[in-house]
Amino acid sequence: MRRGRILTAIVLAAASYGASKVWRKRTARHPEHVDLYFEDGSMLSFPGDSDEGDRLLPLARQVLSSARDL
Amino acid sequence: MEAAQALADLTEVSSQIESAVLADTGGTVLAATYPDPKRGERVAQTAADLLKSARSAGREGLVQLEAATSEGSIFVVRDGEHLVAAVTGTQPTVGLVFYDLKTCLRLVGEEAEQPAPKRRRTTKKQQASAPEGEE
Repeated sequence: MRRGRILTAIVLAAASYGASKVWRKRTARHPEHVDLYFEDGSMLSFPGDSDEGDRLLPLARQVLSSARDL
Repeated sequence: MEAAQALADLTEVSSQIESAVLADTGGTVLAATYPDPKRGERVAQTAADLLKSARSAGREGLVQLEAATSEGSIFVVRDGEHLVAAVTGTQPTVGLVFYDLKTCLRLVGEEAEQPAPKRRRTTKKQQASAPEGEE
């Protein structure tokens, strides 16, 4: 009986640790992208690994470093 | 509203915005939150370049953009004559930041559209003939 409880506690602790790891990993994920919004309400999204993303993100980094004086 | 006041209000209202610059679409600074004017010029110019490059990437009618990097995000919003560029940390609330930037631009636009108050010139003859109580 006592052994069963200990085992349950260990399994619960391991599961909650694993779940927190997965949650942290998901919320920490912040993929680089550029989103363009047009006056007609439409939007284009370029991921960081696309050609347009490759072209525009260095400019964005330049704005960031100028703003933060890096 | 004056450009500097609109920008001051913007940074006060939005806690996510680290710094911002208000410029014309060519990159000439109207107001900035940076103590060093040259820094404001650099940010405005690179933001104008980013907007120009993005316009060539997409279709006509680009009005705003968000570039998200691992170090932070850049927001640029433009209307007919002005643009406002702002820097935030990572994972900002995109909709809120855009709303605040558009409000800032609208306030500046309203100021630009408002005609300067006209000075009325009255002659002594007109003043004499005016009925009592009228200024």
